[in-house]
Amino acid sequence: MAATEKQPVTGLGPLNGVVTWVDARFPLIKLWEDQWGKYIAPKNFNFWYYFGSLAAFILVLQIVTGIFLTMNYKPDATQAFASVEYIMREVPLGWLIRYLHSTGASAFFIVVYLHMFRSLLYGSHQKPRELLWVFGVLIYLSLMGEAFFGYLLPWGQMSFWGAQVIVNLFSTVPFIGPDLSEWIRGDYVVSDATLNRFFAFHVIALPLVLVGLVAAHLTALHEVGSNNPDGIEIKKQPKDPRTGLPLDGIYSHPYYTVKDIFGVVVFLFVFAVIAFFAPEVGGYFLEANNFIPADPLKTPLHIAPVWYFTPYYSILRAVPPMFTSQFPGVAVMGAATMILFVLPWLDRSPVKSIRYKGPIYKFALWVFVLTFLLLGYLGTEPTNVWGQTGAWLGNVERATVAARIGTALYFAFFLLMPWYTRIDKCLPEPQRVTWK
Amino acid sequence: MKKLSVVFALVAALVVTGALASGGDIKLDHAPGDVRDVASLQAGARTFVNYCLNCHSASLMRYSGLRDIGLTDEQIKSNLLFTADKVGEMMNTAMVRKDAKEWFGTAPPDLSVIARARGADWLYTYLRSFYRDASTATGWNNTVFPRVAMPHALWQLQGEQVLKEEIIKEVDGKDVSDGHGSVRKHSKLEIVTPGVLSATQFDVVAGDLVNFLVWVGEPHQVLRKQVGFWVLIVLGILIALTWLLKSAFWKELH
Repeated sequence: MAATEKQPVTGLGPLNGVVTWVDARFPLIKLWEDQWGKYIAPKNFNFWYYFGSLAAFILVLQIVTGIFLTMNYKPDATQAFASVEYIMREVPLGWLIRYLHSTGASAFFIVVYLHMFRSLLYGSHQKPRELLWVFGVLIYLSLMGEAFFGYLLPWGQMSFWGAQVIVNLFSTVPFIGPDLSEWIRGDYVVSDATLNRFFAFHVIALPLVLVGLVAAHLTALHEVGSNNPDGIEIKKQPKDPRTGLPLDGIYSHPYYTVKDIFGVVVFLFVFAVIAFFAPEVGGYFLEANNFIPADPLKTPLHIAPVWYFTPYYSILRAVPPMFTSQFPGVAVMGAATMILFVLPWLDRSPVKSIRYKGPIYKFALWVFVLTFLLLGYLGTEPTNVWGQTGAWLGNVERATVAARIGTALYFAFFLLMPWYTRIDKCLPEPQRVTWK
Repeated sequence: MKKLSVVFALVAALVVTGALASGGDIKLDHAPGDVRDVASLQAGARTFVNYCLNCHSASLMRYSGLRDIGLTDEQIKSNLLFTADKVGEMMNTAMVRKDAKEWFGTAPPDLSVIARARGADWLYTYLRSFYRDASTATGWNNTVFPRVAMPHALWQLQGEQVLKEEIIKEVDGKDVSDGHGSVRKHSKLEIVTPGVLSATQFDVVAGDLVNFLVWVGEPHQVLRKQVGFWVLIVLGILIALTWLLKSAFWKELH
């Protein structure tokens, strides 16, 4: 027996009755207030705090456009390529839906990378938000899987050979490798069987996982509370006697509701410039080679993954084969993503925000960002892009040397973090947030 | 030993042709087309059905789609409909794939999205770069796509070209005859048997054809930009409105 009757809902005009009826039978008001309506957030969010809500927006955009694409797409090796062009040509506004989806894929990664960078700037992964960060990394990895499976579906040359290369990575695993990759493909080569299962993963399995992880990510966020650009905990502040909120806290609604709507509209403007005027983005969002139907007998001269995978692709190529096996490269690439999980425990800094962190962390972060961009660029190019060094250095490819240095720096950022964050000279944190 | 050197030569040849086929070394001419130019698209469509569609298909394109470049069903039917009976049909080729493979060694690719795969400049340069070469099966070769299986379909229009190769030895940009300095191979296409059209006229025909192929690659591309223009205007207004909304709420916090 409920101890007290719930109060009738007010303030919704003609909907008061209906909502009161529902709320008596379902925790509608509680859910809304816990998750958003009465969620207390720091008032000093800056530019970097738009990308969380933008990522959620893109997830919805991808799901909605994806549903409409599924209505006309055919996951069949003999029809897939033509069905995508059928969508582009004959389905009313099909071209729009398809470009929103293809541009959305790249936009998703841009927004997620910026969202993750925000965490490195302001220490959002640090205690008490470790689990929040772990959920985020799981979302990122699921997103990579989602993008990889989806990229096979247009069944162009890059779809086919990209999938072939990535699935072959699994065949380098000692002992079980060849069987493992065959199990993934469902065939000896990437084929109709592979296309069908990748379709299943892309349209149902991973979207379910993603939505579930996003729910967990948001629940964890609303439990621990948001970090902010000053990296101080507003929950520890005294309460404002007038409002009953922490001194620097405000309700998400309406303040961040209206701010995030503004953010979404600005994002949509930039997004529309790309989707309507340059959907290929010079071959980075939609590759020219993918307009050639998949041909298992013609290997393209240069196979590169889409831009959002290229930093890891660079790391893969940077590691030389050992004992005639490519597995070390695959293992190092896997480690490069897995290391993200332990970031909260590698960071020993007493302060969160870069505003109060010492010079070593600032230097390390910028080196890391430049390294990531360099690895990303090198991954889009063949390894001979910068030619070879002179004979005195053994005629090695310059880009490979750069990728190796980049790989070392990538790991150094994480592995040396426990040491350099501890000895770094940090500034004292303020009591109140600032509006910088 | 002999076998080994043959293998090496083959590998070397493959690497060289591969490098050339990627188009890295060839300077491409800029294609002059504009997909809003309906007259150019119609001219390109005519060249396309007369010269290309015999071997190549555009199987993702319907004849009726040509209404979008200002043609009526009647015009399509009487002037362009050679490989189908109804305007609702796809622009397929009469050639059977198996025959094509036997005749040319490879089936001619479908051209529906060829402009998106190759780029307009590549196509424009390629179509104008065939030359006579007795060493190939077709008697034709191409500087943009060496040893391509396709013969010069437009040769009656362009005429016959040959590739004149001259080896120039030069030092600091100056020709020298004593054999010192870097060697530069310089090759030039020259028309030896004129075709029906002059070189400038042929460039226009090739340009229109490429323009048509660019349009076929994405028939809604003009509409896309028109819609995009209005979408940006609406979003621009929304940016202003949502900014005002945000500011109105946030004023009380500062």
